[in-house]
Amino acid sequence: MESIEVKICSGTTCFVMGSTYLNELYEIIPQLYGDKVTVKPSLCLGQCSSSDKHSKAPYVKIDDEYVSQATIEKVLDVLKKKVEQV
Amino acid sequence: MKNNSQSIFIKKDILIRLVEAFFSDDFIKNTASIPFKMRPKDAEVPYRCCIYKEREIIKDRIIADLGFAVEDLNESEKLEDFALLALNREKNIDNPLTVIEAACKGCVPSRVYVTDLCQGCVARACEKTCKFGAITIEGGRSYIDGSKCKNCGMCIQACPYNAIVRLIVPCEQACPIGAISKDENGTAVIDFEKCIFCGKCVAACPFGAVNEKSQIIDVLKNIKNGKKVIAMFAPAIAGQFPGSIYQLKAAMIKAGFYDVFEVALGADITSKNEALEFEERMKNNKPFMTTSCCAGYNSLVKKHLPEIKEFVSETKTPLFYTAEIVKEKYPDSITVFISPCVAKRIEVAENDNIDFVLNADELGAIFIGRKIEILSMEDSSFEKESSKQGRNYGVTGGVVQAVSCLLPDNLNVKPCMIDGINKDNIKKLKKYAQDKNCPEGNLIEVMCCEDGCIGGNSTISNPQTAKRLINKLLSESKDLK
Ligand code: FES
Repeated sequence: MESIEVKICSGTTCFVMGSTYLNELYEIIPQLYGDKVTVKPSLCLGQCSSSDKHSKAPYVKIDDEYVSQATIEKVLDVLKKKVEQV
Repeated sequence: MKNNSQSIFIKKDILIRLVEAFFSDDFIKNTASIPFKMRPKDAEVPYRCCIYKEREIIKDRIIADLGFAVEDLNESEKLEDFALLALNREKNIDNPLTVIEAACKGCVPSRVYVTDLCQGCVARACEKTCKFGAITIEGGRSYIDGSKCKNCGMCIQACPYNAIVRLIVPCEQACPIGAISKDENGTAVIDFEKCIFCGKCVAACPFGAVNEKSQIIDVLKNIKNGKKVIAMFAPAIAGQFPGSIYQLKAAMIKAGFYDVFEVALGADITSKNEALEFEERMKNNKPFMTTSCCAGYNSLVKKHLPEIKEFVSETKTPLFYTAEIVKEKYPDSITVFISPCVAKRIEVAENDNIDFVLNADELGAIFIGRKIEILSMEDSSFEKESSKQGRNYGVTGGVVQAVSCLLPDNLNVKPCMIDGINKDNIKKLKKYAQDKNCPEGNLIEVMCCEDGCIGGNSTISNPQTAKRLINKLLSESKDLK
């Protein structure tokens, strides 16, 4: 089975808008899902560029789905649904 | 979560829009339209009672970001007028904090409150214990008459059901010296005679009502006008952005700064001078010495702890020495300090070698507004590399480590730390001064913020992340010795 990929954006916009407060995910996700899910930082995910879009940062990408204004809870929620679908 | 609440998010969002407006074809008009862009017609109203209130608060925040006080505003004054005034002023020095009344109103003044847990019991311990006759039993429940209550809290202790609680006001709770409190209208007022500008209220307010008055427009204006604007970034700033400090420098140059210096460079001078001073003091049998680089602590000493003054190092701050170096190299430059906290604004206002302050948020907003991606920048080197110890000044323990490593082996140095200025630590410092003795050590590092400058009120990163980024830099840096 392919593992699910979580990318936490550490581009400038997401970093400044608070993505470092998502860092706990690097510990929580492996604890919850082992190697079923990989989680890593990413360069700008390209979501922040158009005008007004900065206000929805930080972004996290879970496979091909984007989570905007990401919080630890939000990311875990989306991830849980994904894992259950598989 | 510290420095990462929704209110801080909105503050950043507004700053970014302000930067975008500044570089647009019509700064004034586009600034005035920010509240309407953020809360367009028919938009949902996420926080307050109505869209007008939300826009009003956004307007007030913009006024603070333009560098003005929001207190005593006349409602008829338009954003356009403030934008124009900001564009045309030369200097921007004044108390660096301002309270947004409309945002502050969301929170009730400190008071004692009877919760639903009240059983209307027979004992009526609350009623009996109240010395002011403020408690009566009405409808089978305890009732507090606000006009008689003196907030003493005796009833809280007396109630066998823990049904009475004190509602706290986060800013009042956070302020270590009681300089902020709600007035009779329920608006927080800062007593600037007492305030040490530690920024704890800024970070504590859940409504984001306490704002720094920004100098961002002043800095951008000088950049736009082609002035030689030089950035000097605090050691803690190395932990506030993605990438290396060499990429950070390149990003700042791209944003229009003419040159960029590490304040860690000045920290190396501070370490050397402070080590010499410590040695001298020990020779003269002085009991202890405290560091002097934290602006919040320096304000505390000046306003509330004069008795400890004789034990405070007279060595200048890293920023002081850095600004000297910069002004010598570029006498006609405009200098900007990139800061992790509000307290440094006071130090800067008193130093002629430094013109403006930008905090980490504000620099971040410039990067975003100008679409500068730090991680895609090529490295840009510094003329002189700072030491490992200098680069660690922004982390608790970093200053005493730097000073200690320069002291001769035979000198009996015992470093210790005051990690964060709060009521307890102020008491401790007072006692050291009175007793002329500090049982914990003889070289005391005092940091106003917990974790050091990386815990400053204007930081971006989670302190753990900041520490990790700084440690990476340290592993590549040379020793001071
Ligand atoms: S920085 Fe995260 S999407 Fe661009």
